[in-house]
Amino acid sequence: MTDITRFTRRAALGAAAMAAATIALPGAAQAQYDFSGQTVEWIIPFGTGGGSDTWARFNAPFLSRHLPGNPTVAVVNEPGGGSTRGANLFATRAQADGLTILGTSGSTQFPYLLGDPRVRYEYQDWSVVMVGPTGGVAYASPSTGISSVEEIGDLVGQRLTYASQGATSLDLVPMLAFRLLGLDVHYVFGFGGRGDGRLAFERGEVNIDYQTSSAFINNVTPLVEAGEAIPLMSWGVLDEDGNPQRDPTFPDLPILEEVYEMVHGEAPSGDLYDAYKAFNTAGFAAQKMVVLPEGASDELVEVYRQAWRDVFADPEYQETYAAALGAYGQVTDGGADALFRAGTTIDPEVRAMVVQILSDEYNVRLGD
Amino acid sequence: MTDIFLSALTDILTFQHIGYMLLGVVVGLMIGVFPGLGGIAGLSLVLPFLYGIDTTSALALLIGLIAVIPTSDTFASVLMGIPGSSASQATVLDGFPMSRNGEAARALSAAFFASLVGGIIGAIILTGFVLVARPVILSFSSAELFMLSVFGLSMVGVLAGKSLVKGLAACGIGLVIGSVGGAPATGEFRMVYGVDYLYDGIPLVIIGLGLFAVPEIVDLLRRDRSIAGDKGLGSGWFAGIRDVIRNWWLTLRCSSIGALIGAIPGLGGTVVDWIAYGHAVQSTKDNPRFGQGDVRGVIAPESANNAKEGGGLLPTLLFGIPGGGAMAIFLGGMVLLGIQPGPSMVGSNLDLTYTIVWSLALANVFGAGLCILLAVPISRLTLIPFKLLAPFMIVVICFASFQATRILEDMLALLVLGLLGIYMRRFGWPRPALLIGFVLATQAETYLYQAVQFYGWEFLTRTGVLIIIGLTAVSIWLGMRAKVSSSSRDELLAEEAAHASGLTENIRARWPQLVFAGLMLAGFALAVQDALRQSFLGQVFPLMMALAGGFFTLVLIGLLAFGRLGTAAAVDAEAGIGTDEEAPERSMLASLFWLAALVALTWVTGFFIALVVFFIVFLQVRARASWLMTAILTAGAAGFVLTLAYALNMRFPGGLLQDLYRLPWPFS
Repeated sequence: MTDITRFTRRAALGAAAMAAATIALPGAAQAQYDFSGQTVEWIIPFGTGGGSDTWARFNAPFLSRHLPGNPTVAVVNEPGGGSTRGANLFATRAQADGLTILGTSGSTQFPYLLGDPRVRYEYQDWSVVMVGPTGGVAYASPSTGISSVEEIGDLVGQRLTYASQGATSLDLVPMLAFRLLGLDVHYVFGFGGRGDGRLAFERGEVNIDYQTSSAFINNVTPLVEAGEAIPLMSWGVLDEDGNPQRDPTFPDLPILEEVYEMVHGEAPSGDLYDAYKAFNTAGFAAQKMVVLPEGASDELVEVYRQAWRDVFADPEYQETYAAALGAYGQVTDGGADALFRAGTTIDPEVRAMVVQILSDEYNVRLGD
Repeated sequence: MTDIFLSALTDILTFQHIGYMLLGVVVGLMIGVFPGLGGIAGLSLVLPFLYGIDTTSALALLIGLIAVIPTSDTFASVLMGIPGSSASQATVLDGFPMSRNGEAARALSAAFFASLVGGIIGAIILTGFVLVARPVILSFSSAELFMLSVFGLSMVGVLAGKSLVKGLAACGIGLVIGSVGGAPATGEFRMVYGVDYLYDGIPLVIIGLGLFAVPEIVDLLRRDRSIAGDKGLGSGWFAGIRDVIRNWWLTLRCSSIGALIGAIPGLGGTVVDWIAYGHAVQSTKDNPRFGQGDVRGVIAPESANNAKEGGGLLPTLLFGIPGGGAMAIFLGGMVLLGIQPGPSMVGSNLDLTYTIVWSLALANVFGAGLCILLAVPISRLTLIPFKLLAPFMIVVICFASFQATRILEDMLALLVLGLLGIYMRRFGWPRPALLIGFVLATQAETYLYQAVQFYGWEFLTRTGVLIIIGLTAVSIWLGMRAKVSSSSRDELLAEEAAHASGLTENIRARWPQLVFAGLMLAGFALAVQDALRQSFLGQVFPLMMALAGGFFTLVLIGLLAFGRLGTAAAVDAEAGIGTDEEAPERSMLASLFWLAALVALTWVTGFFIALVVFFIVFLQVRARASWLMTAILTAGAAGFVLTLAYALNMRFPGGLLQDLYRLPWPFS
């Protein structure tokens, strides 16, 4: 794990150097790479039809339009092993010629951060060219007796039930959040997705849940309006300095840090909070990443970053992306670097603590 | 309400909408004909083109595709015995025997016409159901879903054939194989033995191909004749349509079953065809020939699986929970188009929901119509000498198998399960029972655990649960009655060559069956040993299932070792025990060798090179074809696979060669 801190520093230096290069030679970089008539394979380590696949398929035509030479950008699904198989494949096979890129997700970051034995990829070898954030909102049932988040104190001491996809899935973020707040939550595992969890909430089987932003807006807002769900908090977003802020999609909702203060009367700190921050960033603020393989030249990275800058400026993209992906702006350059760093590094002690919690309380064995 | 209907209808009945739908139908038909490539491949093919088309047209395209796939995959199920997708696994049971009896055209047109009717009836049911679907879907909690899994498992009684003990043991194997991989309650990995491939569990498509397609291919290779033998194509396609009309009541019931079960999220469409098939077996009184080519065994699953797609739309549209693989892609497509699923689909967007539901019905009519027209020409495949067809079929099932995860291990798993399938076929272990166990293993375990967590054991007293328990009891009773009334005592007994009674004599006559049963028993022991290493929640389900399976296997061994002459449990196709088939002339291992050879070659040179080499060698050595014929067939197969892989932007599994050298596509 010390390797990671060293690599990070190197990555940061590299990013600075790259930024300098950007200003100096934008034209030269473009000239060297021309993908005319070629196919860029965009590896998605998930099956067709899921969130990551939809995200990549939405972005692919725009990327094709703005890469030099307008190559075909083909989404290649390589599912398996909770996304570790596709990422491993990319790590061992991909050449740094710009024709293979990888799209990762929170489920690719989590096993890496937790030290899953199936992980044979190293994020710090890769160069990030784009990060797509997302958000999430936790909510509770009025059957718990609360009518707004101000009464969250009343939840403490109650037995709450949560429908989970598994302790090492993105549900780790709400688990850590609830733990920070001192809530006594009973987790029932084996749910196929957040949609199934929401169904269990609507049936009254569970009384606390979270949904990603777009699912919350489409499916939980009607429940909130009908008085059947009480929004509690959002996971927030990170500003450019890496500080947590309220989610602009839900400006009226407090973030965990604020709710923590309501409950405990002080700002959160300590290993558990660090763990929450690391996994929250890896799972939400830096959920989707586009990376180039090990050995990608600075010019190649710049070519891709320029392409993303042009994508973000494309009027058609601006018109359509919110409907397809939600209101979170995708970022490249410095913003992406900051999120990449925060989302792919974790203090070894914090990691050990999380692994311990997982194994003590949820029977999760990462090594075999 | 009327204005919503009218608005949806005017949307559908425009030239543009129908045009795009037809385009979707044609693309879906071409993809769906190929086994293993279901809606998922088809939809990923058209997703990139969705940009720039308006929403209704794009939806029409997607729906055209989804509608036709459970119809077109029937070609492979009926003609070749290859389950085209999970939706048509049950169709193989009677569809393929019909082909072998020279009734391919009749089976196909019956299947397609049943699909057409099923799709329409499904849409009619959904039109009303959509309005009350939200509360109905919400009323199916984990407790009801668990009982529905049990209901599905009770079909084993119907599908077990002559020997219930064998059926239960086979179902146990399925349940144990199904629990390989992550445990639902704890996420711990069971029976993976450090093999990465096993972490995700074994893909359903490989179980289907291994159990059903491989044994048939091997059997046909050993007989060296065409699929239809000397029986020809027999009566034309009009007979099939008449069959459906004559069995209209069965078609109606199975369509309703399909639409309703498809609408329940979580159970998945994978069992619908089996439930429909089981229902047909239970409810048929006059002269059933199920398993030997009864047309009702084709009509039931086919009418259900098309209606199921419509049912599956409901949870997808109303809750954003896809009912299956194809629905997941449809959901992805909807999101790309900016349509978000949710309660608004029965509120402000109700007209859009109706547009989708009825488009599906219309697309079913187009799709099934096209398939009926194609049925006669395509069924001529069954007249081709099998040694020329075999290399195609072997390549097709390998290609289909690695659609699952696209690595060599898929093909290895196919080979292993194929071997299991071959021996299960030989010794009369019912393969559908294994499949049902496999499909329902995860669901039964997950929902039982969740139901107990949420409701305690009192979940058994919930109204919904009690209703389903009642249904299960009726179903079992009907199944038993059907069996008793339909078969005379003589038919239930196996025909064995006379041998003296007693343990030693039994062992001498039946030792291959005993060895196989012993191996299965060892498999159960392995599962028990693995389960004992897990935590309580991770072990309880596989432990119980393995112990039960092991118990029934022991009973079977007892029957074989001590049973009297002609016990129903004794089947050995090679020795002519309990079968009408003549023993084939060539050896099983020689035929299986060819499949193994292709897998081994792929391991060395990657799939594409292996395919070319395999074709040339097979056609020259085994089929003794002329060089011209060899060249034409090899080029045809290679060209076809390349086109398909290129269109779907797919990479073939690599071998040692690819690990050492970087090769250009398609060799990479």
